[in-house]
Amino acid sequence: MFGDYSIGDLGSIFVMQGFAGLILFSVYVLMALGLAIIFGQMGVINMAHGEFMILGAYVTWMTSNLFQSYLPGLFGGYFFLAMILAFFASGALGMLVEWALIRHLYKRPLDTLLATWGLSLILQQAYRSIFGAREVGVELPQWMLGSLRVTESIEVPINGAFVMALTLLITMAVAYIMYKSRWGRQVRAVVQNRIMAGAVGINTEKVDRYTFGLGCGIAGVAGSAFTMIGSTGPTSGQLYIVDTFLVVVFGGAASLIGTIASAFSISQTQSTLEFFMSGSMAKVLTLLAVVGILMLRPQGLFALKVRK
Amino acid sequence: MTDNRFVNRSELIGILLLAVFLVVILPLCLDVFRLNLVAKYLTYAFVALGLVICWGYGGILSLGQGVFFGLGGYCMAMFLKLEASSVENTKIQSTPGIPDFMDWNQITSLPLFWKPFHSLSFTIAAVILVPGIFALIIGAAMFKRRVGGTYFAIITQAVAAILTILIVGQQGYTGGINGMTDLRTLKGWDIRPDHAKIVLYFFEVGCLFVCIFIAQFIRHSKLGRILVAMRDKEDRVRFSGYSVANFKIFAFCVAAIFAAIGGAMFALNVGFMSPSFVGIVPSIEMVIYTAVGGRLSILGAVYGTLLVNFAKTSLSESFPELWLFGLGGLFIAVVLAFPNGLAGIWGDYVHPRIDRLINSSKPKSGDGWTDSSVADGAPAE
Repeated sequence: MFGDYSIGDLGSIFVMQGFAGLILFSVYVLMALGLAIIFGQMGVINMAHGEFMILGAYVTWMTSNLFQSYLPGLFGGYFFLAMILAFFASGALGMLVEWALIRHLYKRPLDTLLATWGLSLILQQAYRSIFGAREVGVELPQWMLGSLRVTESIEVPINGAFVMALTLLITMAVAYIMYKSRWGRQVRAVVQNRIMAGAVGINTEKVDRYTFGLGCGIAGVAGSAFTMIGSTGPTSGQLYIVDTFLVVVFGGAASLIGTIASAFSISQTQSTLEFFMSGSMAKVLTLLAVVGILMLRPQGLFALKVRK
Repeated sequence: MTDNRFVNRSELIGILLLAVFLVVILPLCLDVFRLNLVAKYLTYAFVALGLVICWGYGGILSLGQGVFFGLGGYCMAMFLKLEASSVENTKIQSTPGIPDFMDWNQITSLPLFWKPFHSLSFTIAAVILVPGIFALIIGAAMFKRRVGGTYFAIITQAVAAILTILIVGQQGYTGGINGMTDLRTLKGWDIRPDHAKIVLYFFEVGCLFVCIFIAQFIRHSKLGRILVAMRDKEDRVRFSGYSVANFKIFAFCVAAIFAAIGGAMFALNVGFMSPSFVGIVPSIEMVIYTAVGGRLSILGAVYGTLLVNFAKTSLSESFPELWLFGLGGLFIAVVLAFPNGLAGIWGDYVHPRIDRLINSSKPKSGDGWTDSSVADGAPAE
């Protein structure tokens, strides 16, 4: 399959496909970060995670429409406000869901899976009723269009580069919150020993609720970023949910580094393979490899040693 | 549960009632079109039945039952498709004698893995063995390494995703997104006219009862009790010297084979097979049938499947907008309020009252559809 290309061409192909993979990587990381917090830290399977992401995407779309109609002068900067709104919208919905649904099911993880699947169906239909079944796309501000020319055969689209910078920023923020802040310490304490954490005065219910909200909020930001590289429809979230769960499981459920490493390896494998074969076969091979490795090493790439 | 007979009196009454309902009442009340719809629903009942063994009793939630349903269905559909694409039926193709979708995709000879499906006996064996062996491989790989619970659910879901993408992507070999359509005859016997549909319906109901009896037998055997023990306290069973993994693999394989039989029936009754019955969404819907019927109830699975599908057909015919809200709400309601489903409601509320009405003098413990001893414990994990 390499026969027809010269060494130089191959180099460019790998860089360009690598870059395409990096955008996919960004979306995976943003989605998986929220999921890693919810699944890895709380052990809750949130099948509606994709729908929280799509909520963020719709919020971004509405903000962009709002700016277009009322504040065309500030259109270049709408995205930053949209992102913040997306975070809070998804986060608030997440906390509501935790209060109404998830907290009753902490002892029954398999049932959470079914209940959140039901929630995802309801949200999908709600989006369809409110926003219509057709996919919507946001209009990008002028400065995000076009691409940077790095060398003769390598071009980097600006919106992709922006999404990656955003991902980096959010990842660092999450790492800071989880590992350095007082609140992150409380979250990890609750994960490691719920009863002891409660005994030393941590309000475990409140920690649960905010953790879930944070995870969903990050999903909202992921959706916001997602609008820049694809269009949004009521069922777009479902397309990513299995991939994202595989990313989290493959990385090792409780490890942020693992999540990032596995998102990187999965997205890079997929986008590099995509150049040489059809997209569906690339995806099949990638997923097969992941499932195969998981069968050999069920705890994932980076497993945290926790006493059960 | 002191007696070792695989079916006790009240269960036998339940099975007989179901038999009367399916064999006498439904064929008398419904026209052939509706009866064929019931036949389609009942193919899912096979899957739901397997899930009762695997999920309800074994505690293994598989979100990939569509894979096995699809494998069984595709095996059957391949046989029927080959028969439908005989040389004289496909004269107009550039290569006569191969299925039409292969011809459209510029494939000129029958692929090797299609060839054995000329034989009906091979096909019937394949319907059972292909999904069974596939489940054995997945189960052995996962359970021997003590992967279970949510991880297992996610991985089975990924397998469902992989198989769907593969089937859709390999259009020339599988018929792609449209699936295998235009299935006509079974060994020269036309499966499309009304009388054939009725015969197939009764054949399917017969197979369903065979599966129900197998499930009853598993549940009342020592094996079934080990499954329950394993679901409730896995470590204790392991420390008692049982190989937990092997029992789990067994339950998973039984569920897979039931699902595959359902899939084969689907291909026969409905007359086509497509990847839309393989993927993640149908697989999870199959779980909800079991959950609505009651994950511990063998007969409940059949009623749950029928009920959800009737609701789906009638709601999505008249209020397509509402159906997803209804289905989503059903998921949440079943999980939060009725973890034992219809059978739980029956066992907790209806059955005791009927008992009281019939013999108010003699108080009797309710041993109807559910085992109250099992239903009391926290379900799943």
